[in-house]
Amino acid sequence: MKELTYKEMGLTDEEYGKIKAIMNRELNYVETGIFAVMWSEHCGYKNSRPLLKTFPTEGPQVIQGPGENAGVVDIGDGQALVFKIESHNHPSAIEPYQGAATGVGGIVRDIFTMGARPIANLNSLRFGGLEDARVRELLSGVVAGIGDYGNCLGIPTVGGEVYFNEAYKGNPLVNAMCVGLVKTDEIALAVASEVGSTIMIVGAKTGRDGIHGATFASEELSEKSKEKRPSVQVGDPFMEKLLIEACLELIQEDLVAGMQDLGAAGLTSSIAECASKNGRGVNVDVLKVPRRETGMSPYEVMLSESQERMLIMPRPGTEQRIEAIFDKWGLDAVTIGMVTDDGIFRVMEGDTVVGEVPVMALTEGCPVYVRIAEEPAYYQKNKDFDLLSLGQTNPQEALLKLLASPNIASKKWIFSQYDYQVMTNTSIIPGDGDAAVIRIKGTRKGVALVTDCNSRFVYLDPYRGGMMAVCEAARNLACVGAEPLALTNCLNFGNPEKPNIYWQMQNAIAGMSAAARALNTPVVSGNVSLYNETAQGAIYPTPVVGMVGLLKDIELRCDMAFKEAGDLIVLLGKFRDELGGSEYLSVCHGLETGEVPEVNLEEEKTLLVLIQSLIHEKILQSCHDISEGGLAVTLAESSIKGNIGCNIKINSGEARTDGVLFSEAPGRVVASVKRADMGRLVQLVIENEVEMRIIGTVGGDEIQVEDSGTEIARLSVQEVSRTWREAIECFMK
Amino acid sequence: MKFGVVVFPGSNCDADCYNVIKDVLGQEAEYIWHKETSVLGYDALILPGGFSYGDYLRTGAIARFSPVMPAVIDFANQGGLLIGICNGFQILLEAGLLPGAMLRNRSLKFICDGVNLKVKRNDTAFSKLLQPSEIIRVPIAHGEGNYFCDEATLAELQRENRILFTYCNANGDEDMAFNPNGSVANIAGIINKQGNVLGMMPHPERCSEQILGGTDGYKIFASMLESFQEVGRK
Repeated sequence: MKELTYKEMGLTDEEYGKIKAIMNRELNYVETGIFAVMWSEHCGYKNSRPLLKTFPTEGPQVIQGPGENAGVVDIGDGQALVFKIESHNHPSAIEPYQGAATGVGGIVRDIFTMGARPIANLNSLRFGGLEDARVRELLSGVVAGIGDYGNCLGIPTVGGEVYFNEAYKGNPLVNAMCVGLVKTDEIALAVASEVGSTIMIVGAKTGRDGIHGATFASEELSEKSKEKRPSVQVGDPFMEKLLIEACLELIQEDLVAGMQDLGAAGLTSSIAECASKNGRGVNVDVLKVPRRETGMSPYEVMLSESQERMLIMPRPGTEQRIEAIFDKWGLDAVTIGMVTDDGIFRVMEGDTVVGEVPVMALTEGCPVYVRIAEEPAYYQKNKDFDLLSLGQTNPQEALLKLLASPNIASKKWIFSQYDYQVMTNTSIIPGDGDAAVIRIKGTRKGVALVTDCNSRFVYLDPYRGGMMAVCEAARNLACVGAEPLALTNCLNFGNPEKPNIYWQMQNAIAGMSAAARALNTPVVSGNVSLYNETAQGAIYPTPVVGMVGLLKDIELRCDMAFKEAGDLIVLLGKFRDELGGSEYLSVCHGLETGEVPEVNLEEEKTLLVLIQSLIHEKILQSCHDISEGGLAVTLAESSIKGNIGCNIKINSGEARTDGVLFSEAPGRVVASVKRADMGRLVQLVIENEVEMRIIGTVGGDEIQVEDSGTEIARLSVQEVSRTWREAIECFMK
Repeated sequence: MKFGVVVFPGSNCDADCYNVIKDVLGQEAEYIWHKETSVLGYDALILPGGFSYGDYLRTGAIARFSPVMPAVIDFANQGGLLIGICNGFQILLEAGLLPGAMLRNRSLKFICDGVNLKVKRNDTAFSKLLQPSEIIRVPIAHGEGNYFCDEATLAELQRENRILFTYCNANGDEDMAFNPNGSVANIAGIINKQGNVLGMMPHPERCSEQILGGTDGYKIFASMLESFQEVGRK
């Protein structure tokens, strides 16, 4: 293999100079490689660390915030949820199937590394427009990759989101989230053990795949990126399934002092992270690492990103028992090194020292860059766009167009390729509610899970868009009856060295922080993916929120389907008509512009409390939040799901009719209620000081809408349903 | 009644089956590791779904050589109740306990969905609590559920009334349009000649509790319990 220069490994001249100063000498090849991956954006967060510090991370529900493999929140009864979301964008762009599959594998390992049994997967995906054949290929590959890996593991993929926009044409986003369940007294942390204790590598053998994957993930994509296909790892879900079972057996028998998965930057990063936790050093012998290829150099062993491997720090004297358990599952478990007290990460090849670097220099020593932020010209221009200049469209045609937009249409083509029911806990399946709900066996509890981010909003106004991502996630959880607990995020942005991109990051993070603080949903884990750019430019800023919520009694869960003829339909929250950044503007007017609707965090908070109370008192028959496509699409979806029509009467008055029908302004939900329960509903609405209006009734087999007494739409539920169901399928045939 | 749930490396519906037997059906259940060589003491066996051996080579092809399989085959030959679900069905085919083979789904994609099944007879150990021609809803989740057999075998299965479940629509029409995976004659589940071995692609353990959206699957496990108790009463 041709030797790379430090520049080719991703280090700048300035950074290499800094390293030389730390080491007080020139570095050899192995050492340069180790620094290059550890100081990559992917491992070192050098461009994002100062911004990440501004997130709220604490709350009574938080057991473990950022800094571990995943965050942990308390759900009572001595149980906790462990969860995190992570990107695998660059690998998926050039090798969609393996890129997505190993993305799932990586995030699942982060969860069981903490001692938790993975109980659900979610994802968040972005692609270019489906008219493009390469995009369809990417979508097919990514979905098959996520499905094949998660299905084989027997972890249900219960939720997610996907959007299509030209901004992602050459740089799709693949973010995978995993949620695990753990007893609070069995949480395993990646703490290094005592001096003299051994370090074992377990699971798959090490090959040459994925070398410098972390570095590759920290660059812009270009025509030459295809040459980096060898940087994409290859996944083996069967191996991972065995690894999960074996590792959880170790935890149950209390055999491990610390566990760390091998992800980006492989052995290098996991050893460094373990040792840096308390100032220890490590001696590791590359000759002891089980390999699947011959002739691998120490450099290759240390930087390989071969999948399905873990590092284990056994409790003293348990090595043999650990080997026996791994043998039962047919896996390797080999001692490769030892914890020392000298603070040095020492790589040995047999008796020869092939690399020696101070551990702290790799982690704490990683430079931090506060970049220059500059408001882009597009921001004010879009904000000033005069929506009044737009002509009205036919509301009925507009609704059908929106339902056929892949951003709104049924995602069944995607989620039916995921096993969403294995583990027999899924109580609200994909597409049936605003969030997935899974039960916790042996309790009355349920857990609600969701991923959200409207990146068009974030692009047009990062601050408001960031707030909205958090608000929508929380609202979705409330709509199924859950109390939002905490969030994880995956911050996908372009090149932070460009002032306009850094401005997007800064503002989006500020918006998310403000909302997370207001809604008491702290950030407990996350991942940053930068340099999502191609020659065509940067992606839309996409800070995806993954949020978890708790239902104390799962029997009270609520879905989005209208239930019975005669039920009243109410709009909870303000009557709003802002169209900025809406799917309607994009689909019906070909515009992605306008001022992003204002977000009122106080109102959002009150609304969430009200919805939860209503659901707990069993007053709501259905509940569905207003998001993409606005009020009209929300109503149509509840009709489609319930296979029953609705009669809607609005009085747009001074407002634009299309604004009332299609605005995506936040803080609003559509619910249906039995007439007999209306009294109690009104009482609670008044007590909570939320705006409410009755907008219609459930019934018939048509969606019929009147504005101020004039009929503006009448569509059969069957037709609406067909349009919505077939849109993505048609593209993918 | 004591059920044994066989666990192969890569099985992933083992715990789901175990839970249904223990917590829903209220009977005894135990896991049987695939390296065991005896299944003594069990009244029924379940080969659960999953990806035994990662589906390498061919679904079920390696699992059938597991050390436990000779004992499982003996158990079946002696008339013990044996149900293979999804990957379990694929293993039964590979082990020769049921005829035919599995192909990839017609769509070449993994499919997770709720489907309608028509109950072809209710005089078997697995269906006595169901009605003849009853339509039940049971989820599927597989990439290779496209059951195939030659014409002679199909004729035999039909002649001997060994097709227990077929894919259909809500009205019971067994048209190819309602067949999710392309299987021959819309076959979703078949039994052996003696009627003590059932292989089915759909997952009854996923619809045995109301909280999961339905209880039709429960009736299959309850039928097994009922027929076991009947034998006891005789």
